[in-house]
Amino acid sequence: MIRVVLPAHLRTLARVDGEVKLDVAGQVTQRSVLDALEARYPALAGTIRDHDGGARRAFIRFFACEQDLSHQTPDTPLPEAVASGAEPYLIVGAMAGG
Amino acid sequence: MSGVRLLVGTRKGAFVLSSDGKRERWAVSGPHFAGWEVYHVKGSPADPDRLYASQSSGWSGQVIQRSDDGGVTWEPVGNKFAYDGVPGTHQWYDGTPHPWEFERVWHLEPSLEDPDTVYAGVEDAGLFRSTDGGRQWQELPALRGHKSGPSWQPGAGGMCLHTIILDPARPGRMFAAISAAGAFRSDDAGQTWRPINQGLHSEGIPDPDAEVGHCVHRLAMHPSRPSVLYMQKHWDVMRSDDAGESWHEVSGNLPTDFGFPIDVHAHEPDTIYVVPITSDAEHFPPEGKLRVYRSRTGGGEWEALTDGLPQEHCYVNVLRDAMTVDTLDSCGVYFGTTGGQVYASADAGDSWAPIVRDLPAVLSVEAQTLP
Repeated sequence: MIRVVLPAHLRTLARVDGEVKLDVAGQVTQRSVLDALEARYPALAGTIRDHDGGARRAFIRFFACEQDLSHQTPDTPLPEAVASGAEPYLIVGAMAGG
Repeated sequence: MSGVRLLVGTRKGAFVLSSDGKRERWAVSGPHFAGWEVYHVKGSPADPDRLYASQSSGWSGQVIQRSDDGGVTWEPVGNKFAYDGVPGTHQWYDGTPHPWEFERVWHLEPSLEDPDTVYAGVEDAGLFRSTDGGRQWQELPALRGHKSGPSWQPGAGGMCLHTIILDPARPGRMFAAISAAGAFRSDDAGQTWRPINQGLHSEGIPDPDAEVGHCVHRLAMHPSRPSVLYMQKHWDVMRSDDAGESWHEVSGNLPTDFGFPIDVHAHEPDTIYVVPITSDAEHFPPEGKLRVYRSRTGGGEWEALTDGLPQEHCYVNVLRDAMTVDTLDSCGVYFGTTGGQVYASADAGDSWAPIVRDLPAVLSVEAQTLP
């Protein structure tokens, strides 16, 4: 079970409260987690990464286990603590705006 | 009893304002999509309960929302706006080539007949259409692909396709306007387009009378007389009597001819409204007085409408999609400001009162007249 924390605006869009819990088949990577997230909540498609190519949107960051994973390749395995559900995978909106 | 529903897009969400036909007391619902920019909300002429909303943010991009119950509940639909083919480049602010990049939907224009068909005008300028209620979007690429496309450049707000008008009398004819490229017309449902900017004169571009490059802020048309178009350009209020083939200036006695919105009375095709703004450097009303100007002669001769509007210390703007009319017997006129006020007039502009005063900055206002 993978735990995913969404920024507030995306929790509203997906109509969820608190953490999202996902079953991810196979290797747990950023790509497989985001694929599973978008499959469960289609409204999130295009709001975290581009429809085409899957590039991370510029103002979105990915954190876990006190590390910034934003610039890792999408197929890099996520830390074991995320894969085991001990730690959440954080999708974060960059601190900016008004 | 008939009523009016106003669909208000703001910098921080959408609001629905509802009244009976007297238009004296209003119910306010919202914010819908709180915290997101809502550039535009519009209802289907064929089914007033079918609404479309453009919701976006710099963080999470574009979302399109659809309501099938007049704005009580909403459902996110499709948000994939992919340009057709390799999109190429337009001009950047400094004149260098810049790739076409989708930023947001500025304007949604539902079909006159089919609630499931809706057009979207986007930034960077392009025209998209959905025929399945907003779930999937396809570009009508001929507009962006016009030979002049590589020379288009953004206005200060971005290179946006902000106006879409469907001709009710001539199926297949549609008008679009882009800042800062100009006005365009298609006579074949968007398969081909041509610029319709003859007569426009714009300082600040290399050739002031160029075929394209004009910062058109808004077009308006009365459905009973679709060959007559009105335009608020960056500077200049313009009129065409031949469906855009040629334009002439009708700024007349306006205190300034800079502004954003322009709209037409629901029952008087020669009665039009603008909100003069001081200049492109000072986006607020002249002298701090918020005045709507009305012409009953299709332009040229204008009167200031001030009753109920602030006449001192007012420094708000009224954006291009933020004025609308209803179709009740005594035409209602409405506009929203960047200060968060939505003003209503139930007597064609003679007197005004705020419906709300403290919304986020208003980006758009659309009226639905309900049976």
